[in-house]
Amino acid sequence: MSWGFLRDLLSGVNKYSTGIGRIWVALVFLFRLLLYIAAAENIWKDEHDEFECNVKQPGCENVCFDHFFPVSHIRLWALQLIMVSTPSLLVVFHVAYRENREKHHNQQLYKSPGRIDGGLLCTYLISLLLKAALEVVFLVLFYHLYNGFKVPPLVKCDLRPCPNAVDCYISKPTEKMIFLYFLVATSCLCIVLNLSELSYLICKHSIKCYLKRHIKKHQ
Amino acid sequence: MDWGTLKEVLGGVNKHSTSIGKIWLTVLFIFRIMILVVAAERVWGDEQQDFVCNTLQPGCKNVCYDHFFPISHIRLWALQLIFVSTPALLVAMHVAYTRHEKKRRFRNGEKIDIEELKNAKFHIRGPLWWTYTSSIFFRLVFEAVFTYVFYYMYNGYQMPRLVKCNAWPCPNTVDCFVSRPTEKTTFTIFMLAVSGICMMLNLAELCYLVIKICVKGSRKTT
Repeated sequence: MSWGFLRDLLSGVNKYSTGIGRIWVALVFLFRLLLYIAAAENIWKDEHDEFECNVKQPGCENVCFDHFFPVSHIRLWALQLIMVSTPSLLVVFHVAYRENREKHHNQQLYKSPGRIDGGLLCTYLISLLLKAALEVVFLVLFYHLYNGFKVPPLVKCDLRPCPNAVDCYISKPTEKMIFLYFLVATSCLCIVLNLSELSYLICKHSIKCYLKRHIKKHQ
Repeated sequence: MDWGTLKEVLGGVNKHSTSIGKIWLTVLFIFRIMILVVAAERVWGDEQQDFVCNTLQPGCKNVCYDHFFPISHIRLWALQLIFVSTPALLVAMHVAYTRHEKKRRFRNGEKIDIEELKNAKFHIRGPLWWTYTSSIFFRLVFEAVFTYVFYYMYNGYQMPRLVKCNAWPCPNTVDCFVSRPTEKTTFTIFMLAVSGICMMLNLAELCYLVIKICVKGSRKTT
């Protein structure tokens, strides 16, 4: 079980999405998931082995690494990808529930189980809000854990058992910083897409409701 | 999950491409993605571990490596491939949108053959021509930009055997040795050559499409 599962899940969601939703799925696949697997994972692969402190004291490197990287960037990134894709499951479950209901009653209860109206519209809007909220939460978490999105080449550590303050060098800081900025940019783009999709759906359905009421009044 | 998903997405676009576009896709998959995954990744796999500096000063190696390789070749290539493949998605989205519109018209009562709709090959004319041409243009731009970035970042395409580093905390100037420089230079030149071929294919496709539309236009007026 690996990222293939997430890919299948997102492909399933694609069927019930709007146009903007499909762009979001494409963005998540290409610029986040594929980039993570093809490039980012390798950059952070040996981060602990290549973290070097200017001291021979055993245990000092371990303690300093743990202090400066409580949760590695790459793990936070993976968590973010998983959490942000999960709200789409709500939509998939709701459509499955509708299809089940139709089977159970043996008649057509909905125009089409995958059509975004009524209850499914609420579920879809909630999933969009959750996606945007989770993106923001992870960005804020990244920012607070690492004091911004910069990766310094050198950190000074004075925890026990390190004697005095010791220079510790992080491996590939520039490359890590570039990819972190990439992560932030794609997250922000995803938030913008989610909010645009939200506004689009709300406007579309408000106009529909208003026109229906207008027609009824005239009749 | 890996480059396979990209292959599926682009494979879908293949149906609606010109012949030159199909050749471009084949070159992309065989000579770029496959070479990257099967060969280049192994060559660059141990790049930092085998980057050796003539000093015992802790931290010097890390700092020198970071200074000379701000972003590794292999990552730049992965980024280049992702960016260069993305414009093809525009075409895929346009085709999906056109198919969706035809289905909607069918549902509203217009007579359209459903079998024909499912297997339809959309000819590159009208709005699709503009989408397709813009996607080729963007591909060219991305290829050129990445080629330039490579040249600018690494002062050419040759991998030096030895780099002299005097960044702090290295004491004075220190000799640092890059691992497998010849093999890396070979692969860099190979990828550059294939990138050049892809650019030429894109240019040829662009000219072909423009000439085709001009010829059609002049036939209509005569």
